Amino acid sequence: MRKTFFTLLGWLVALIWITPFFGVFMTAIRPLEELLNGWWRFESFNPSLKNFVGALNHPTAGLSKGIINSLTVAVPATIFPLLLGTMAGYGFSRYKFVLKVPLFVLIVITLALPQQTIAVPIFQLLNAMNLIDSYLGLIIVHTAWGIPWITFFMRNFFVTIPKAMEEAARMDGANDIIIFFKIVLPMAFPAIGSAFALQFTWVWSDFFLALILIYSPDKLLATQRIPLMRGVYHVDWGLLSSAAIIVMMVPILVYLLLQRYYIKGMIGWSLK
Amino acid sequence: MNTKNRYVLFFVLPAVVLLLVFVVYPVVKTVLLSFLDSEGRFVAIRNYVSVLRSREIFDARGFSRGFPLGALVHNLLWIAIHLPTTMILGLSLSVLLKNVKGGSVIKSIVFLGMVMPMIVGGVMISFIFDRNLGVVNGFLGLFGIQTKTWTAHPDSALLSLIFGSVWLWTGFSVILYSAGLETIPRDYYEAAQLDGANPWKIFTKITVPLLRPVTVVVITMTLLWELKVFDIVYVATMGGPGGASNVLALQMYIYAFRAIDFNRSAVVAVILTLSTLGVGLSLLRSVKDDPT
Repeated sequence: MRKTFFTLLGWLVALIWITPFFGVFMTAIRPLEELLNGWWRFESFNPSLKNFVGALNHPTAGLSKGIINSLTVAVPATIFPLLLGTMAGYGFSRYKFVLKVPLFVLIVITLALPQQTIAVPIFQLLNAMNLIDSYLGLIIVHTAWGIPWITFFMRNFFVTIPKAMEEAARMDGANDIIIFFKIVLPMAFPAIGSAFALQFTWVWSDFFLALILIYSPDKLLATQRIPLMRGVYHVDWGLLSSAAIIVMMVPILVYLLLQRYYIKGMIGWSLK
Repeated sequence: MNTKNRYVLFFVLPAVVLLLVFVVYPVVKTVLLSFLDSEGRFVAIRNYVSVLRSREIFDARGFSRGFPLGALVHNLLWIAIHLPTTMILGLSLSVLLKNVKGGSVIKSIVFLGMVMPMIVGGVMISFIFDRNLGVVNGFLGLFGIQTKTWTAHPDSALLSLIFGSVWLWTGFSVILYSAGLETIPRDYYEAAQLDGANPWKIFTKITVPLLRPVTVVVITMTLLWELKVFDIVYVATMGGPGGASNVLALQMYIYAFRAIDFNRSAVVAVILTLSTLGVGLSLLRSVKDDPT
């Protein structure tokens, strides 16, 4: 009896939480006339993919271009910080060196920073380097911004795995760099998977850095096109809903495919 | 140089160089900018005084007249409402869903809000509070209550965003508290039940105290998120109408990239940074002090 009540309560919560998603989906696939009295009414129901096509081929903020642009940024801006952060995390976990503690403290401090803190100087710096409105510039900033948390996360992983394998390989004459790529990296695969899932999602979802660094209309990333699609005077909800669904699908797919890694990363990222 | 040091350089140096050039240097530069005028002359704390006295940041008239109250107060209000709500919801949902059939599916649904880009989250919030399509109005309409686009009115814009962001963020505390619950040994509960403790007593005497480390993390991460909130406000209201839903991160952007006043924007950035660092450092301290 009591158990049934709790189960019902749990599913009621799920229903409340999922309703906005359902509403956005209904708004995206149904014509405007059917929505005027609420998307939850079904006297007539003529679904179509018209709005999705419209959002993908929007004249000024087309998402098909946006998706390509976002992937062009997100893939390298995931791989580079992952590689450099994993290497640094390994370095911090295995070696003693001068300035080790201050450098690590610095890394931990940068974890809490808001992006607004670096916004103006990073804009001026990239401008001076001729990297403004360029994906290379944005990728470099994402890489530098991702390094602290990945270093921290991977270091916490490396200190938990035993060094026996590495020492055995060293006895056999392998040098530390070979050991890292041949032995350590494969063992670190689960942790790297978590870092990959989160970093990719975050770069894909980033809006602020793109907003201040990329401005040519055809270079805008997917997230930057969402506010443009909103319109100034009235909101075309059919179009905007489709755009929202398209842009959220990528991180949701990453989440569904890499769920275990994603959740582990989310917990490790904050519980360590 | 010996071989060990060469390895250290190989592993650590690339990351450190990028960090110094593209993160640390900009932070230092921002702090410097906050003490200079637009000509580069040192003006001590004059920028701080002028920013803190400006209506965008703190508007005392709001207390008698209503919103806007200024970005600083809006962020504080965000914390005052959003932090306790998401924490209590997260804790109670994770306890509830632990023993519910399909609980992990429900958790995934609640967590979806955390997975989507926050710019989409902002669109979802405008949708939820929209006059014609919004779920809130659909519900209120059942009782014949008059409806409006909640995000478009000064008196309700900020509160709509805050409650919308509860919908987005609760998944985070649910996931963390659920992970925390897994670490509590089952014997504790069995022993308490044998002693005849009632569920409420078990919850307050076992669950809550043993989840303390998780609670510290949830509070820290939530505070950091509330201080940094930007995307949702940008896309849903642009801080409007008339500044009624403005927040610090957005005001920083407006100063820097709309008004092209790098010195004032630096002041807001420094205020934000000090708040987030304060939050981050207290996390470190409480983790260190934790006897467990």
